[in-house]
Parts: sequence; structure tokens; C-alpha cells
Amino acid sequence: MNLNLLFSLAAILVLGCVGYFVPNAGLQMFFGVILPYIAVLTFLCGVIWRVMKWAKSPVPFRIPTTCGQQQSLPWIKQNKIDNPSTTTGVIIRMFFEIFLFRSLFRNTKAEIKDGDKISYEWEIFLWVGALAFHYSFLTVLVRHLRFFFEDTLLKEKLFFVGIIETLDGFFQIGLPIVLISGFVLLAAVLFLLSRRVLNPQVKYISLAADYFPLLLIAGIAATGLWMRYIERVDVTAIKQITLGIVSFNWTSIDVMKSVSGTFYLHLFFICTLLIYFPFSKLMHAAGVFLSPTRNLANNSRMVRHINPWNPEVKVHSYESYENDFREKMIEAGLPVDKES
Amino acid sequence: MGLITLIEEKRSKIVKEWFKLTIKTYPKEKSDFFKKKKDSMANPVGNTLSKSLEDILKGLTDDVENNEMAKILDPSVRLRAVQEFAPSSAVSYIFFLKNVIRDILKKDLTKEIEKELLIFESKIDRVSLIAFDIYMGCREQIFTYKANHVKERTLKLLEKADLLCEVPEVGAEIIPHNVYLNGGFDDK
Amino acid sequence: MVDVVKPEEMIKIDPTPPSTNWMDVPPDFSPGKFPYPSQAKSLEAVGFPNAREWSPADEDWKLPENWQQIIHEGFKERLDKYRSLKVFMDSCVRCGACADKCHFFIGTGDPKNMPVLRAELLRSIYRNDFTTIGKMLGKFAGARKLTPAVIKEWFSYFYQCTECRRCSVFCPYGIDTAEITMMARELLHLLGLSIHWIMDPVSNCNRTGNHLGIQPQNFKEIIEFFCEDIEEITGVTLNPSFNRKGAEVLFITPSGDAFADPGTYSFMGYLMLFEHIGLDYTLSTYASEGGNFGLFTSSEMMKRLNAKMYREAERLGVKWILGGECGHMWRVINQYMGTMNGPANFLEAPVSPITGTKFENARDTKMVHIAEFTADLIKNNKLNLDPSRNDHLKVTYHDSCNPARGMGMLDEPRFVLENVCNNFHDMPESTIRENTFCCGSGSGLNTEEIMDLRLRGGLPRANAVKYVHEKHGVNMLSCVCAIDRAVLPPLMDYWVPGVDVCGLHELVGNALVMEGEIEREMDLRMEDLPGKEGDSDE
Repeated sequence: MNLNLLFSLAAILVLGCVGYFVPNAGLQMFFGVILPYIAVLTFLCGVIWRVMKWAKSPVPFRIPTTCGQQQSLPWIKQNKIDNPSTTTGVIIRMFFEIFLFRSLFRNTKAEIKDGDKISYEWEIFLWVGALAFHYSFLTVLVRHLRFFFEDTLLKEKLFFVGIIETLDGFFQIGLPIVLISGFVLLAAVLFLLSRRVLNPQVKYISLAADYFPLLLIAGIAATGLWMRYIERVDVTAIKQITLGIVSFNWTSIDVMKSVSGTFYLHLFFICTLLIYFPFSKLMHAAGVFLSPTRNLANNSRMVRHINPWNPEVKVHSYESYENDFREKMIEAGLPVDKES
Repeated sequence: MGLITLIEEKRSKIVKEWFKLTIKTYPKEKSDFFKKKKDSMANPVGNTLSKSLEDILKGLTDDVENNEMAKILDPSVRLRAVQEFAPSSAVSYIFFLKNVIRDILKKDLTKEIEKELLIFESKIDRVSLIAFDIYMGCREQIFTYKANHVKERTLKLLEKADLLCEVPEVGAEIIPHNVYLNGGFDDK
Repeated sequence: MVDVVKPEEMIKIDPTPPSTNWMDVPPDFSPGKFPYPSQAKSLEAVGFPNAREWSPADEDWKLPENWQQIIHEGFKERLDKYRSLKVFMDSCVRCGACADKCHFFIGTGDPKNMPVLRAELLRSIYRNDFTTIGKMLGKFAGARKLTPAVIKEWFSYFYQCTECRRCSVFCPYGIDTAEITMMARELLHLLGLSIHWIMDPVSNCNRTGNHLGIQPQNFKEIIEFFCEDIEEITGVTLNPSFNRKGAEVLFITPSGDAFADPGTYSFMGYLMLFEHIGLDYTLSTYASEGGNFGLFTSSEMMKRLNAKMYREAERLGVKWILGGECGHMWRVINQYMGTMNGPANFLEAPVSPITGTKFENARDTKMVHIAEFTADLIKNNKLNLDPSRNDHLKVTYHDSCNPARGMGMLDEPRFVLENVCNNFHDMPESTIRENTFCCGSGSGLNTEEIMDLRLRGGLPRANAVKYVHEKHGVNMLSCVCAIDRAVLPPLMDYWVPGVDVCGLHELVGNALVMEGEIEREMDLRMEDLPGKEGDSDE
């Protein structure tokens, strides 16, 4: 029995029921306006609080994991990205780490392929899945900007939203244009989830806290797709609500009542995610920036790194050493500081 | 058709079944990883086992000499000799082959084949005895390492040459340990 | 046939039900499953708490009365002192990329040897003690209460990690299990839980200057033995100096090189090299240990032992320090020494007196690795080398974990190897350089009572050696680490018989054509050189 998975599923179901049924019981104002404010506030404050908490602890030692040749003699070619000795190198290393998941990509190497070839390639999918997940999530987020800004502003200032939408809709399958990112997101989440359920090792290490956010994001993606392609919800009304939230000029309760329950479910899931985010492993998004094995240059033999709490310690001095062994040292012809 | 030809025909199926049974001798959490198909550098245990089983079966059907068989057996027995098995479990996997073959060839067991199979099974018994010799050899090797551990060797040397310091509070005995005496094992 | 019991049914298969949550699986402390505990006197000698005689096999570990408080406060203190610990406690998403990167997991299959789970052993307590969600949701948030069983589990599994950092290479957030293991071991030491093979060298080193407790006059004697052997092999007389004030360079190498084969041959190699180039150097008996087992106990202890290097360099008035072949010694020097015990302003930025090369990368710490030093000599044609003397060897190179992943010294030793021997073959790419597999006995685990575990943990390394042994006929595994030189010989003997182990500078010593030397008939092991033995039968 996978109790952790069941627990998470149950939690999502309960949340789903709350999000779908409760708003229509006359609580549209709370779920459509107040809760999103609370959620965004919690998210922002929570993330800042967590990062501050991390940053409060010093980095006493310079401990980069060196994944390539060090800076050494001038004729030895340094791997300036995987073993950086300068800030520029570190920035490039962090760029690859954050945008391309370089370390995770290393996972895919299999060199000696004896026998069954295909099964060895399997691991590349963790990297592909992770990339697909994060980038489609980002695209979906950017596309949602049009719900929060007036069309004119969007066209002038936030032209990249349009660009992304064009790229995103590249695969035209009839009408409406299937905006591919939503599907990619859902597929990637389901893939990551299936890994946790099917791969015995990953299953063994998975906690409820690992299933829950995946299920939650799956819920968000599914409700979004449902609204767009199946239910065809009233986008104008929704946009009125969202624009109202952003401009602190809330729309009328009638408009809010006219919107489908799926929208409130979608929004409720998002609020849950925002509130949950700072208190969970999702903080890895910020953690990766602060990881001392990645964000430091390997230059501690060139420049002294300072430890703010460098302790005073008792060292067994040469003097006491010589006191212990003086006679024997003299006898052996070893130089001593004090003759007897 | 003779037994050997039958085995040749179903070789890969036999090896697969045999591997499955062998892997089952490991606790579940461990076997999950060992049976994973991976680069031989990334999963040496699984790869060594599956290759070894294949070789043993080939050795049996080719009817190789004892010496040759010992060489073929060595990698898998050597592996299992350090894997926390009781001696019986460590070499048990050789016997599994008997049932695997009987199960897979169930439908083909004519009287003739049956007779051949009995002979073949006695060969498997012989292989298992060789395996046990190798197992003991491996264990003895490990005991030797424990006994001749580098530090002990050098300690003796140093002691002989009166080179060691006896700092009273610290002592130079780096191989002390009468843990087994005060660790609750005295009665064993 | 009636009631035939199948063989697979006769074998007792592990009764543990497979789906048991890892938190409910107790560690195994039957004989051979744990390293021996340290003796009370070793702990007392360096002022560590709760010194007593005890054994992991006992039910009662004689923990101090307020042990839970000690752990809680110790944990909190370390969270406040180390950002690494805090970030690593919070950031893991349990993606499993690290799972099969650990040599102990690959060799044992034990899930608690997956780096992620090893860290969870600590994280589960962190969540319980320091996070709201953990306190609220307990097990579902991956939290659990601190019980004696948890402490026992820590002891078992944090002494099954060699702090090799291989998992950290593959982690998308750079989570370094070595860092986590160090913290866990510090916490265990607060309760007086340590192992003899770490604590005895630590207390010896503190007092006598080296792990084994070799006294000064004996250290000198050992080196003089080496010189006699060198004279017999090469005909050249060497006169190394000890504790000599005013020398230009202080040379420090792990004491393992002085007392254990095959490290001794590397020591001979160093001595010959220095003689050949006429280096103005001295050895110290007070700082006669390059290695630092303090690293495996606590950062304070590491600092105490490491401090001797600079102190001795200052007392002797040398210009800079040259360091021998050692793994974790170089982790300490490269990543901790300057921070802990610097700035070493009484020294000068290292310049090779032979080639004039300034070692820019060591300008602050003022300590140069001998492989860097030798590579520079060879590049500048300062060494007269006859690599054919190593022709009977087919050599491969084991990147020791710490110089590889805590420093990045990958090409220097390879350059030296390519110049001192004619047959060099690297192992498969996924097992060398930053991906190198540990010897299975690092971080103080090279003790014989856990030999089976070490052989399992060393299997991935041995397996890669086996590959080049079969493919290229490799018969010599070279390395730059004293622990490697001590533990790889039995590992090779068991898994890849026919492959011997040597240090880098043993091969240098063999190839080095010294001024005034006689025709060599023996290598540094005093074994006949093939084709040179008397030359009469050719």
C-alpha cells in the first residue's frame, strides 16, 4: 500500500471538493478575490522569509564540487565552467545549472552498452521530463499574463507574451489553436508522477510531500485544459475578474456568479500551490541559487575565504611536542629548539 | 532431438528464468536495483550475475573441464561470497537451474530426454560442488585480508624494530579491540 | 516424484516484507556489520565528550542522559553555522538522480545507501525539530521523532559513506552527501559515538604528529632506511634533512607513505626526485602527517591537526610548502586550510626554484601538490626520464575522490604518467575524473572488521579496473592517495587478481635517470626489472 500516495490523493480530493462546490455557495467573493490576495501575499512573504533564513547562515568554507580540471599550470586546459575559478565562470555554471539542468543531464551517460540497448537510454527521460515540466510551466505562466493586463498594454510592453503564444501555437490542430504548453505540462507532470509510482527506488524514497505538489499541479493543468477545450468557459468574464484583482477594482458580484465552478476550482488549486510553495520542497527553485557546492569558485588556494565564526582551537604546539621527545630527538641527531 | 539441442533452443528463456530466481535470493529492496538493466559500470552486480549464469549454462552444455568450469563460476560465486549470504544461500543459485530446465522443457520430456536430463542434473550437482570450493576460497581470502591487514603487518614490523611510541595516555595500539569480549559476544 | 522441495524453497529468503517504510527498518549490528567503536582513552586524549567503553552490538549505547537535547542543540548550532546544511535540508526534491551513483548502493543494493535516503535519515529529524509542517503532519511530511534507534541508524549509515562527493556531481541542486555525513558525524561525536579507526589516528596525530604514533627519531630512521634502499638500487647517496631551519621548501606527505607498502615506494620516489633536481627542502617530524582524520570527526579537530603545517612552516622559516600524494589531505588543503588556519603571510607565493614557474593557483595557501610540481618539471624538461623502465607495466589511473571532486586535479597526474610510462590506459569515462568511483574505504572506513562491506563498496571501482585489465592487459593501478594505496591492494586481489597498486611517484622514481646512478636492475620494490636482470640470458 502506498500510503503516502493515498494520503496525497485524499488531500487533493478534499481540496478539489472545497474548490468546486464551496465558492458557488455564495462565497465567490472570498474564493475569487480575497483568497488570491492571501495566497500571493503568503507566497511572496514566505519565499522571502525562507531565503532570508537561508542567507542568515554563513558559508564558512568554500566547498564547490569540482566537476572538471582545476585552474593549474598555464598550459593545462582548465574546465572553466565545471570547475570555475572566477565569478564569470560561476555565473556560467549557474546558468547551465538553472536553465538547462546540467547536473541532471549527466545522469544520462551510459557508456558500455552490453546487451539490451534501449533500456539504458531510459534515464535521459528524467532530464527531458524535468525540462519539459519546468519550461511548459513557465510558458503557461507567461501566457496567463494576458489575464492580468489590458490588451493594449500587453501589445506594447509585453510583446514577448505574443511571441511565446505564436511559438506555442505552432502546432495547429484545427481550431481553437491547441496551445501545446498546457498539454506538455500535464504530460510531464504525469510522467514525473508515474516515475514515483513505478520506479521501485524512487517509490521507496517518495514522501507524501512529493506526490502532493505533483497531483496539485496536475489538477491545475487539467482544470485549465478542461476550461479551454471542453467547457469553453466565458473568458471575458474571467478576464474581468482577474483584471479587477490586479487593479484593486473588483468586478461586480453578478459577473463572479456567472463564471463556472471549474474556474473557481482552478483558482483554488493555484492559491493552494502558492500558499504551500514556501513551506515545501518547491523552495528548491530558490535553493539552487544558494547551493554552496555550485555557486562558489574553486579558488580557495588563490584567495582566502573568510569564515565568520572561525573558532580558536587548542593546538598541540611544537614546544610541547619537543618537550615530549627532546632527548630522543637529540640522540637521533634531530635539531631541537631548546637543549634540555 | 537431444536434450542439449533443446536447451540451446531455449537458452535465453532458461537464463532469464534462472536469473529471476537468483535475484529473488536478495531482499526485495536490493533486488529491485540489481535486476535493473544498466551499464555494466553502473550495475556491476546485476551484470556480473546475468553474464555469469549465461556462461555457466554454456559451460554445462559444452561439457567443459572442471578447471574451466571453476573459472566460469568464479565471478558470480565471488560476488555472492561478500553479499551477506549464509553459505547455503550463497551457492544455492546453481541448484535453481535444475527446476528451471525441468519447468521450461516440461512438454518435451520424453523418456530419452528424461534420461539425458538426469545425467545433466548430476553435472549441475558437480558444478555446485565446485562453486562451494570457490566460495570457501573467497571467504578464506577475505579472512586473510582481515588477518594480514596492512596496519597489522606494519605494526609488527615497527614493534620488532622497537619503533613505536607508547604515549601512556593514548597508546599505540591501533588494533586494540576486545569489543567482542565486552560487546556481549563472549558466550558465542 | 512426490513432494519435492525446490531448492529455491529451501533457501531462507529475507523475511523483511518489501513494502516496509524505510523508517521502520532497523540497522543491523551483528558482527562484521559495524566498525569498532573508539576507545575511551582516544576520546579523552583530545577532549571529546562521553568517553567510555561501549560497543554498537550492545543494546545500551551508554548515551549521556540529556542526549536528545545535545543533538537538538547541536543540530541547531550547525544549521546556524552552515548555509550548506540548511539549504541541503530544505532543497531536496527526491528526484532519485543520485540514487544509483553511490558506490555503496551499487555494491550493496541497500536502499539506505542511496544518497537521498542517507540524507533523509538526518532530514527526518530536521523536519520534526525545526519545521512547522513536519511537526504537524509527522510521518506524512517525512518527519519522525528522535529515538535511540535513529541514533543507531545514523551510526550505521553515516559510517557507510566515504564522503566521496560522487552523488553531488549528479544532484541538480548540488546537494553534497559528504557535507551531510560530516554534520551527522559531528553530531554523533557530541554523544561520544565514534570509531576507533578514526579516533586513534586522530589522538595519535595530535600528540606525535602522525597517525601511527611514530616518534621523531623513528620517523628519521624509516626515511634513512629508504635512502639505503635507494642507494642499493641506484647507487646514489641521499641525505634528506629533518626539521631544518632555513630550507626553502617544507615537504609534507601522509605518514602512510612512510610506513605502509606500496606508499613507501612513492616516498622513495619523492626523495629521488628532490635529490635529482637539487631541491632545498626539509622534512618535519612534528608535521609528519599530511592526512587529517580530524576531517572525519569535526571541523574543530580538523583545524587543530591542520594547524601544525603552518606552525611548522613558520618555525622553520621556509618559503612555501610542498604536499605529497594524499586524497582527503588535499580536500583539507584546497578547501579548508587557508580559511581555517590562514593567512600564511609568513610564507611566500610558491615559485618552483628549478623552473621559475609561479604557482598562481596556490598563491594564498602557499601549498603546492607534488603532481602539479612534477608536471611543471617535466613540461620544462628538467627531468631526465626513461619511461621504458616501466615497460613491464600497463598502467591505469584511479582518480582519488578528493583531488578529483574537491579540487579538480585531473590532468596533472595524467600528464606525469604519460611521461614516465609507455603504456597508459584510462578506465571507462563514467568511472574516472569527476565521475570517479571511490575505493570504498575512504573517510576512515579502511578498517578490517568491515572488510566485506569494503569489498562490496569497492566493487564499482574494481569492476572498471577489471574492464581495462581484460581489454588492455592493465596490471598496475596508480593513484595519488595514501588510503587508496592501503585499501586497493586487497580490493584488487579479490576482484581483479593480477593488478597491483602504486603511487604516482613510484613510477616517477622508476623512470628517473639520476645523475651518477648505476645501471638499474631493480625497480623501487627491489624486484628485477624485466630484461635487465643480469642481462646474461639475453
